Amino acid sequence: MGSYVPATAAERQEMLQAIGMRSEKELYADVPASMLLDRPLNLPAGKSELEVRREMEALAAKNKVYATVLRGAGAYDHYIPSIVKYIPAKEEFLTAYTPYQAEMSQGILQSIFEYQTMICDLTGMDVSNASVYDGATAAAEAAAMCRDRKRTVTLISAAAHPDVINTVRTYCYGTGHELRVVPCRDGRTDSEALKEMLTEDVASFILQSPNFYGQIEDAKALGELVHAAKAQFVLSFNPISLALLATPGECGADIAVAEGQPLGLPMGWGGPYLGIMASTGKLMRKLPGRIVGQTTDSRGERAFVLSLQAREQHIRREKASSNICSNEALCALTAGLYLATLGPDGLKEAAKQCLAKAHYLCGALCAIPGVTLKYSGPFFHEFLTVLPKRDEVLAALDDAGILGGLPVEDGILWCATEKVSRAELDRAAAIVKEVLA
Amino acid sequence: MKLIFEKSMAGHRCTLLPACDVPEVELDSALLRESELPLPELSEQEISRHYTQLCRRVHGVNCGFYPLGSCTMKYNPRIDEEMAALPGFASVHPLAPEKATEGCREVLDVAAQYLCEITGMDGMTFQPAAGAHGEFTGVLLIKQYHRSRGDLGRTKIIVPDSAHGTNPATAAMCGFEVVNIASAPDGCVDLEALKAALGPDVAGLMLTNPNTVGLFDENILEITRLVHECGGLCYYDGANLNAVMGVVRPGDMGFDCIHMNLHKTFATPHGGGGPGAGAVGCKAFLKDFLPRSALMEGEGRLQVRSFAGNFLVVVRALTYLLTLGREGVPEAAINAVLNANYLMRKIRGSFTPAFDRTCMHEFVLDLSAFKKETGVSALDVAKSLIDRGMHPPTMYFPLIVHEALMLEPTETESRETLDEAAAIFRELYDLAFRDPEQMHTAPHNAQIGRPDEVKAARSPILRWTKE
Amino acid sequence: MNYPTELAYTKSHEWLKEADGVAEIGISDFAQSELGDVVFVNLPEVGDPVTAGEPFGDVESVKAVSDLVCPVSGEVCEINEELLDSPELLNSDPYGAWIIRVKDVTGYDEMITAAEYEAFVSEEG
Repeated sequence: MGSYVPATAAERQEMLQAIGMRSEKELYADVPASMLLDRPLNLPAGKSELEVRREMEALAAKNKVYATVLRGAGAYDHYIPSIVKYIPAKEEFLTAYTPYQAEMSQGILQSIFEYQTMICDLTGMDVSNASVYDGATAAAEAAAMCRDRKRTVTLISAAAHPDVINTVRTYCYGTGHELRVVPCRDGRTDSEALKEMLTEDVASFILQSPNFYGQIEDAKALGELVHAAKAQFVLSFNPISLALLATPGECGADIAVAEGQPLGLPMGWGGPYLGIMASTGKLMRKLPGRIVGQTTDSRGERAFVLSLQAREQHIRREKASSNICSNEALCALTAGLYLATLGPDGLKEAAKQCLAKAHYLCGALCAIPGVTLKYSGPFFHEFLTVLPKRDEVLAALDDAGILGGLPVEDGILWCATEKVSRAELDRAAAIVKEVLA
Repeated sequence: MKLIFEKSMAGHRCTLLPACDVPEVELDSALLRESELPLPELSEQEISRHYTQLCRRVHGVNCGFYPLGSCTMKYNPRIDEEMAALPGFASVHPLAPEKATEGCREVLDVAAQYLCEITGMDGMTFQPAAGAHGEFTGVLLIKQYHRSRGDLGRTKIIVPDSAHGTNPATAAMCGFEVVNIASAPDGCVDLEALKAALGPDVAGLMLTNPNTVGLFDENILEITRLVHECGGLCYYDGANLNAVMGVVRPGDMGFDCIHMNLHKTFATPHGGGGPGAGAVGCKAFLKDFLPRSALMEGEGRLQVRSFAGNFLVVVRALTYLLTLGREGVPEAAINAVLNANYLMRKIRGSFTPAFDRTCMHEFVLDLSAFKKETGVSALDVAKSLIDRGMHPPTMYFPLIVHEALMLEPTETESRETLDEAAAIFRELYDLAFRDPEQMHTAPHNAQIGRPDEVKAARSPILRWTKE
Repeated sequence: MNYPTELAYTKSHEWLKEADGVAEIGISDFAQSELGDVVFVNLPEVGDPVTAGEPFGDVESVKAVSDLVCPVSGEVCEINEELLDSPELLNSDPYGAWIIRVKDVTGYDEMITAAEYEAFVSEEG
């Protein structure tokens, strides 16, 4: 019943006649008859829009939407301003393809150019690309950028997000390169171990800060070790945190990567998200994916184009360093829009409130007998506690509509963003206290 | 138009957050950002107007005809957007407990079941974020399969020279040597060239069928049989699945694994370059090699990105599949092919199709003779189409056709639109003989004139800087 | 099209000039005209070994990239850094804009004379 084909049966017949055919079957004359599907697809019959709506709404209703989210670990529940939801839904942005034809795509190209500028300003790096798929693939692509004939090994901190480590490992498996994991000590990267592992064959070291346990790493010092060994320093950051924390540029990163989901994208059970990638000017031509550049048009006016295309797969084919074609352009537009909507003061305020609320929650939880903080280093908006009755605690919170922290190792990894109120945090702490009493 | 930074006024702002209701926290100053944070400062209305101005400088499928070959620019239903925005999908944390995410899991299960049925596959992953990412995932299946059997000598992947650039780039990312084989004069696989390339060192073949010139390779069963006979596997690039869905299945053509572009075939919007989703399907014997998220489903498998994939794109695709259902899926394919053949017929007589026979969902025009005669290139024609409000076809692809324009009208265009498009092509054909100069300098009434791409590449300006 | 007679050529359109044991390598006038506006040159590093018949770098135009094939084997002793900022020199002065200099030359790819190269190009074109 559902269909988006405008042509009526009569029109289709006339069109067939116009191409000298009598039936639709003739359209597929090149397909060996034995191969043609000789039965209807085993799918339900098509439905009207209203029926489909009911069915999808019923599926959505099978998920639980928590009033309070105290879980992060790679996906964060930040406040998304109304305008940030509304603008990317404009059909022009939504339904355009990659801006191959600059003369009718200046809006998309300019939005990416603006995004690239904001990412450079946020990170203190020189150049940003137009995005890759997510934070994990951004880290994997960064590792590939750093390898050369002599230096082929990638190092990654054990405190990076497990999905990031596994994704980098998969990309290394693809090209047949080695990945070595640098151990941690007390929830942060072990700098002594790193020093020893920085051998002559190491191309890069990937550090995440704040790391998976929420701990802020001593990125500057670790970066210096990496550079002393003539390897490249890849720093994975949290974009909201950079309103407060030292930028990858200030930490000496050669490449900065991030999961861009916190910048106005819904958690959406894991995607679509946004892979942020920015680098020093020196590495500009090694960046993968689309990059928008400014130029002038035939009338001498400012214009934007997809630039430096000779890096890419459609020109370099098997010699391209990445096969990426489609990226996450609409998510990049959303992130740029989010940053513009918050502005410098708004982003700082959001970051400060994340910091303050996470520390408030940490204080409230650790005041409960039996709850201890596992790692004592500085943190931004995530921290790991150890406590008894972990499953009961999370179940009690769940019953109250609160998504508690993530079970990690022997503890719980908590997160608080600007979105939660003091009352919600007090309530969560009271429930934990009650369970443990 | 001005950049958002040029509209910024100190102190302009939106009011979004309440005052902080917990004590402030100070971090050690050594950890803090030293540099300014020079983000733009605007009021909400200023932001709204800026982006509205930008969106007027975009041509989407909703604006007009978009016959961009190999990109399947069909209508993107609004209901799909609304369903993806339901809080029950959009607000779900990827690491929420299993019982809190039953709906999400069911979306993936049902979508997997339907797509397996459409493609003739047995297993499916939604982790890949786009077509190229799906290719990477699919070729990694092939790599893992051979490795698991201790068959380490298979170092080559065969790719026809008509293939999209992502195919050879993918094979290289998976550590394979790429063997490019020349296409037959009709754009299909040259069986002799294939036989010559096959051997015990071949891991597999990457192919799209219909191929990149829009023709169905009638030797497909022979092709996949030859590859299998030498121990290789066959990878189906689903870029052109829209031509055949519900009519003939890649699994029945002999393919072992496949990626689909949900943002092409299954009507999810392309967003000006993404997000897409590159679902990958495979036959039963490859299922154990499908990737998964370590955090969501446990360690022990490869994984190609974080979490379960571009889930909200899958929600849109499932909404579309439920709408079309068992009759609607082949109906879409048949009408995509009908529209392409109708448009080709209407254009023939002016521009020349590269292959003058029944096409699938798209066809390629060869403008090389026309260019010799008039001096007007495929690029000039493309730019002249912009002046007439039509998005140009894919240009200069595939590489095996010179001065190529590749048109894919899709099934959602009406006969009237196709007639109008054909009339514009005929008008431009005539114009090239009358006033070629007008076409060399086109577009004349677009957002911008032709941009200086050489300047952009030689002296890259990749960000705005305050003067 | 210009084919200086004092240079040796390859069928992959590089030119070679040798003096004092150092080989200077560039691309021919024909190569630059086929490529169109050169926008970037990927150069090897000083000290890198090069092999006759193997690529040592590439040149990019807006919509194409083309390997630079080394006519000799040896070690790169100098690269023309001016090309990094001004790749257009390969278009405006292909025989002045050398790309790399190679020392300790141990072997050669198949080389042809200016006249032979001119004949080869006219056959190809």
